[in-house]
Amino acid sequence: MAKERLTGAQAVVRALELEGVDWLFGMPGGTILPIYDALYASKKLKHVLIRHEQVGGHAAEGYAHATGKVGVCMGTSGPGSTNLVTPIADAYMDSVPLVAITANVSRALIGTDAFQEADITSITMPVTKHNYLVTDAADIPRVMKEAFYLARTGRPGPVHVDIPKDVLQAQMDWEGYPDAVHIPGYMPPLREEPRLADAAALIRSSLRPVLYLGGGIRTGDAFAEVFEFVELVGAPAVTTVHGKGTFPETHRQCLRMFGMHGSKFANYTIQNADLIVALGARFDDRVTGKLSTFAPEAKIVHLDVDPAEISKLVTATVPLVGDLKTLLPKLTAEVRRVFEARGRPDLSAWWKRVDEWREKNPLRIKQEGEVQILPQTAVRRIWEKAQGRNPIVTTGVGEHQMWAAQFWEVSKPREFITSGGLGTMGVCLPFAIGAQLGRPDATVIGIDGDGSFQMTLQDLATAVDHKLPIKIFILNNLFLGMVRQWQELFYEERFSETPLSDCPDLVKLADAYGCLGLRARTLEELDGVIDQALANDKGPTIVDIRVKRDEKVYPMVPAGAPLNDMIDGD
Amino acid sequence: MERTETRPNGSTHTISLLVENKPGVLHRIAGLFTRRGYNIASLTVGPTERDEYSRMTIVVRLSSKPVEQVVRQLQKLVPVVEVRELVPQDLVERELMLVKIRTPERNHAELRALAETYEAIIVDVSPDALVVEAAGPAGKLDALEERLAAFGIQEVCRSGRIALERGFKTLAPPNLK
Repeated sequence: MAKERLTGAQAVVRALELEGVDWLFGMPGGTILPIYDALYASKKLKHVLIRHEQVGGHAAEGYAHATGKVGVCMGTSGPGSTNLVTPIADAYMDSVPLVAITANVSRALIGTDAFQEADITSITMPVTKHNYLVTDAADIPRVMKEAFYLARTGRPGPVHVDIPKDVLQAQMDWEGYPDAVHIPGYMPPLREEPRLADAAALIRSSLRPVLYLGGGIRTGDAFAEVFEFVELVGAPAVTTVHGKGTFPETHRQCLRMFGMHGSKFANYTIQNADLIVALGARFDDRVTGKLSTFAPEAKIVHLDVDPAEISKLVTATVPLVGDLKTLLPKLTAEVRRVFEARGRPDLSAWWKRVDEWREKNPLRIKQEGEVQILPQTAVRRIWEKAQGRNPIVTTGVGEHQMWAAQFWEVSKPREFITSGGLGTMGVCLPFAIGAQLGRPDATVIGIDGDGSFQMTLQDLATAVDHKLPIKIFILNNLFLGMVRQWQELFYEERFSETPLSDCPDLVKLADAYGCLGLRARTLEELDGVIDQALANDKGPTIVDIRVKRDEKVYPMVPAGAPLNDMIDGD
Repeated sequence: MERTETRPNGSTHTISLLVENKPGVLHRIAGLFTRRGYNIASLTVGPTERDEYSRMTIVVRLSSKPVEQVVRQLQKLVPVVEVRELVPQDLVERELMLVKIRTPERNHAELRALAETYEAIIVDVSPDALVVEAAGPAGKLDALEERLAAFGIQEVCRSGRIALERGFKTLAPPNLK
């Protein structure tokens, strides 16, 4: 291939095109100008001008989550890059494939406390899978290739590339985009064969097995493989919040989410198990409760792509390290062989107990006799009306997120997008923007809270600019509700700084941004506004749903309590 | 930094790493130890037989976490090519120590004799002070340091442990260029 002279910035844009990027999210500034100038000439890349870099980062995450592709966001030096730290950290905790590109001040100015200088690679180091400070324009093709490769392979995650302005302006010889990467220490081959026979033997001999499904199934794109495995084993399956949609929640074997706000029947089931098969999950404190009391009789089979997750918190009886999509079918085949040779285990007594728990402790909405709208009712009504419309739901973080997790049943992958690990308020709108751009045919529905929504609402402008028909339902209780709930339950009702004023007027706000704003104060108004929102395909809709202010999320396992020790508010 | 001989709780482990010789690698590794709550007892880094790689030896003190967890977390860092715990019975370890002692000249002969016992040498002498250089396993240096204390130690500088596995085994994986 003939050499071509490009600037560093042109090389970045060329690499993005060759990576097949369609949407990218960012905002220009002084130092990143060369990239935006090169972008001006690109016919393939579509840039979304956000109003705050944090939103660009989260929108790229939403895009990645909804499509399975790598999300891309950009920011200029200094504040443009520090504003990206939250989405980068969010992507790190939730294993979202993300490439964040920032510019920095010119090499001669680095270290001089120059205008809009920040040592951003030091700042993002602990919250990225890897990061780069590019000091030679000739390195750009290799670095970009590695960045995308690292972001999407193994355990996906964010990769940050920081490029000084003079490197972006420098001329380099473009000698083609590398076909492969050479990173000698990345994902070394395993020293031991996976112990599939041991895992299958445990599954065969278990009388009380539970399958614990996590977000790694989504990041590993192993939905079909998991479905086959779960049906073959025939055991109850519980999910994490990111496990929602990795197996249909409408399936008889699915006991839904477990953990702090999981269903009682899911928590009882896992606590009484004699075997837990964890698939792409990491035993987070929000699902295990007090670790020393977690599933005391259970042996653990732990399958994960990240060896460092094995026995980090809960010791694995049989560790299986590997990519779910290739390793799980091998386990399925091994289990099938054992079942054929020795017969299936009789799980009927176990299922009888599980079904009894499910029967006696359903997730309930106590709307009857209640005049105000319960937030759970709102979630359920929106869910009912969204069926058949190819819905994707995004949430913020707080009570509304947990109500959505409890009452928004997901039957297909990539339909429930939330911030699980970092718990970042304000992500609902940006996730919705990214998801809608990535999946234009889907009906993107946001379930947000009034506190959460106000953290990023300025980017309604972005959604309006792109005429995105997203529907953001704000379960408005005029509180920082989840914190208020903890204050009521654990801080003697001392509501320190959790009441929010009735400001802004969300309907007027929507109007100011040029989108549809609706409000429901009563149950009678609820159905109508949902219908109106779902019918509006011209642009965003903001729905202010006034819900009962002191409604709480139940059941609840207090932080640090055993998983079967649940408060249910009765 | 803490002395390797004092282990009020937990155990020390010697971890050997081969890392890409790139800017920021030390920062990445030190940062990992900080954020995961592992205590570094000593850390050394230096060049290897290949220009592109550096070798680090880290002595880590762990109270509750298994050393495998530390090794796996280190292996996840992209510039870390290979990482392994070197077990005590299977390694050669050395540390370098310089000790400055302030003591009248009449004690120097006694000091020289003591140094000789520990295969240490005197590398700087002035009328009322001298510097002792010693090399060896940490335990030997600890013992020497204890004996030297009687003469009045002014400063101690220790390099931290470096170590190699015994026998023909090497840390570099076979596929390394």
